[in-house]
Amino acid sequence: MPWLVLAFLVWLVGYPLLVVAAEAFGIGGPDADGPTTEAFRSFFTRADEWNAMWRTLWISVLSTLAAAAVGVPLGFLFERNEIPGRRLLGALVALPVALPPLVGVIAFLFLYGESGLAARGLQTVGLDVSWRLTGAWAILLVHAYSMYVYFYLFTRAGLSGQDGAAIEAAQSLGASRSQILFRVTLPRLRPAMAGATLLTFMTSLGSFSAPYIFGGGFRVMTTQIVASKLNGELRMAYVETTMLALLAFGSLLLLRRIDPGLDLASGARGTPPARRRLQTQRARVAAATGGWVLAGVLLLPHATLILMSLVPPNTWTVEAFPPVLGLVNYGDLLSSAERLRPALNSLWMAAAATLAAIVVGVAAARLSLRRGGLPGRALEAMMTLPWAIPGTVFALALAAAMSVNAPWVGRFVLVGTLWILPLAYLVRSLPLTGRSIFAGMRQLDPRLEEAAASLGAGALRTVVQIVLPLLRPAVIAGAGLAFITMLGDFVTSIVLYTYDTRPISIEIQSSLRIQETGIAAAYGVLLMVLSAAAFIAWDDRSGGRL
Amino acid sequence: MSLAAGASVRFDDVYKSFDDTVVLAGVSLDVEPGEIFALLGPSGSGKTTMLRLLAGFEQLDRGRLLIADEAVEHLPPARRGVGMLFQSYALFPHLSVAENVAFGLKVRGGGKGDVPARVAEMLELVRLGGFEARRIAELSGGQQQRVALARALAPRPRVLLLDEPLSNLDPALREETRIDLRHTVKQTGITTVLVTHEQEEAFELGERIGLLNDGRLEQVAAPAELYQDPASRFVATFVGRCSVLPGVVEARGAGGALEVRIGSQRAPQVWSCQGGGGIEAGDRVDVCVRPEALEIEALELAPGAKTGLRGEIEVERYTGSSSFYTVRLTAPSDGFGAAADSVSVEVAMPGAAAGLSGACVVRPAAQEPPPRVFPAGSTGAGS
Repeated sequence: MPWLVLAFLVWLVGYPLLVVAAEAFGIGGPDADGPTTEAFRSFFTRADEWNAMWRTLWISVLSTLAAAAVGVPLGFLFERNEIPGRRLLGALVALPVALPPLVGVIAFLFLYGESGLAARGLQTVGLDVSWRLTGAWAILLVHAYSMYVYFYLFTRAGLSGQDGAAIEAAQSLGASRSQILFRVTLPRLRPAMAGATLLTFMTSLGSFSAPYIFGGGFRVMTTQIVASKLNGELRMAYVETTMLALLAFGSLLLLRRIDPGLDLASGARGTPPARRRLQTQRARVAAATGGWVLAGVLLLPHATLILMSLVPPNTWTVEAFPPVLGLVNYGDLLSSAERLRPALNSLWMAAAATLAAIVVGVAAARLSLRRGGLPGRALEAMMTLPWAIPGTVFALALAAAMSVNAPWVGRFVLVGTLWILPLAYLVRSLPLTGRSIFAGMRQLDPRLEEAAASLGAGALRTVVQIVLPLLRPAVIAGAGLAFITMLGDFVTSIVLYTYDTRPISIEIQSSLRIQETGIAAAYGVLLMVLSAAAFIAWDDRSGGRL
Repeated sequence: MSLAAGASVRFDDVYKSFDDTVVLAGVSLDVEPGEIFALLGPSGSGKTTMLRLLAGFEQLDRGRLLIADEAVEHLPPARRGVGMLFQSYALFPHLSVAENVAFGLKVRGGGKGDVPARVAEMLELVRLGGFEARRIAELSGGQQQRVALARALAPRPRVLLLDEPLSNLDPALREETRIDLRHTVKQTGITTVLVTHEQEEAFELGERIGLLNDGRLEQVAAPAELYQDPASRFVATFVGRCSVLPGVVEARGAGGALEVRIGSQRAPQVWSCQGGGGIEAGDRVDVCVRPEALEIEALELAPGAKTGLRGEIEVERYTGSSSFYTVRLTAPSDGFGAAADSVSVEVAMPGAAAGLSGACVVRPAAQEPPPRVFPAGSTGAGS
């Protein structure tokens, strides 16, 4: 059984990556002429390819720094200070984590784009400013905006796990506030910072929505891959895919070296230091106002998205603020079967992928942790692998592997069928459900399964009646995250969708292209509402583990 | 009360290793139908592995396992007819008390009418009638243990396995639970194998005890025999308290008793001891003696006492029913071999605290069974 599950995972996760790498060398596939390194030589000699690689790297580094610059102070502000409305504000500031990247990107476009709400507002008050939200800085801005949440959440978690007694000990030894910050608090935050850095850097490396919408001629590896594929340069797309996968792997290995593990964090015992109370009424009012303004700024793009969804087509021309608001776009969206279809597609494909990811996750976790050994470790590695690899890479890998009919080598024509997108979603869901289910399974006493067996229960009954009910919070948490992510997926969808399976994200992109901004915004809001609903429902049922 | 039928259990030359570590090295054991059998031994001696092999959670490397004369080593746990009470109880936290007890009955396809009746019967047996709807988290440790017992007994297993059944309870509750547990198990008449590292638990629950050391059975005997007639120096020192003195066999006397010289050449003491057949005159031996088999006399009270080993009282402990004295023997330079400095004995004096101190003499008490001797340096029965 472990070998069967492992074989399935290797076929689904590892094999497509091997196929794409092999085809990059001209081995296998319809255009096999290798082995040859010609495409790689071409990659290394073309400036646009090198540029894309280099840009991917520095955009990721700067995005991480920018996200840290916003997220870390915010984390300190909300974790170490008692300001009015701290709980609600703290939760609002974390909200962008639950929203699909594409929604954030188009919300930014509507607010800060060259004909966005901000530019129009400034022009109305007589400031003749114009700008174009495009290129590297636009990407960086969107990245910082959408990824500061990782640093914010990790900082808060890291601070809340620290022992207040360590700070008091430093105070009693005569340390100043800055000495305490730099020599006690920050060193102990290193594991949290390493975790946030890893997550932000890897997310940025695989980011597609922001470079695709705002990049223009500024290409990073993910957009370069899709462009090569669209231009029919399949071999080059495979080379780029292989190089991006290697870059991701290399970065992961490098970044894990800076992670000190849990040693520093686990030294913490006792309770975190008490939050600092602001002394004067004026300071409290100022802090609360500042906090609300900050939350407002951070949530403004999404508010703009909602506003844009209420603007009927062709009613907003030169005014600073839309003159007419109504529900026409929603009416359009809900009344036409053709317009509603992407929403239904996204829902069923995300649900199917999530369900399958739960089944595979539970099977893999149970086999891996109960049997151990080589297949056990390999199972866990296969479940985690898609986390380290950008979505574009998997999309291309699946497109390459599943466009050839050669069942004897495990290749089937799935591209262009109903099955390819749910399968791609499944691959990307595996690490999300897997991490949560593995963690849940590790906490489950193996004696419970033995007790069921000694009472006469077979493996299936034990899983259904004992393991699954006890794993429920972990399953729900992982599944919730997977479902929300897949509901808003853009990066794999754009490579693998067909007209019949087009999801919401693709419909948003098409609507934007034909200037149906109201409809695009309405889809965005729909996605936002579905994600938020799923987030709240799941967070509630998973006991706040999401 | 419908009773579970007791079945015999046989381990026949069972071997088991984990990686390169041999855990069981050819263990053979017979447990009689309806018997309560305790497996006792230190950590890592293999007792839990024996239980897990019997339950089917581990597979043996070699040998046979029989329940009611039927080979079970190839059967999965679900088909062995074995009920197990886990050390952690392993109760299903998402099910109620009644659902936990009913689990094994439903799995085996018990009739709809039968299940509630059997659940009620089992809960009555463990004195938890009326607790059916409770959640597991709402129960005390002792109650959880009783639910786990009811759950294990409900499907009428042929054999009941108890893995350190009392170790999760606080000491005050153990005594009471131990009596309860023995009463309940005897009431059902089921063959029971329990594993424990606590001698007291094994002695009070087990009708016979198998003492394991290093993957081998050192001795299988009733508790009294194990205590009074240990088969090896390991058994003597593991079960109960025991002091070990070096000695040399002088002669084998009438009735097989051994005359053993203890102490020094200049002031020798000759004790009458019991020992195995392989020990001859002139052999160096270890003399194992229980605290209650010795008596002590303060020299200041009997300055002329000539018989007995001389020593210095180091510690007195009063436990209520007896006083325990740790006596460091003061041997002349030719006594006790190399370990002369570290030889001390423990002596128990029944009754109120005697308040002895200082120099004393120690000798065998007349009424108690004589000390046992084993070949010098031996540990287990097989060594």
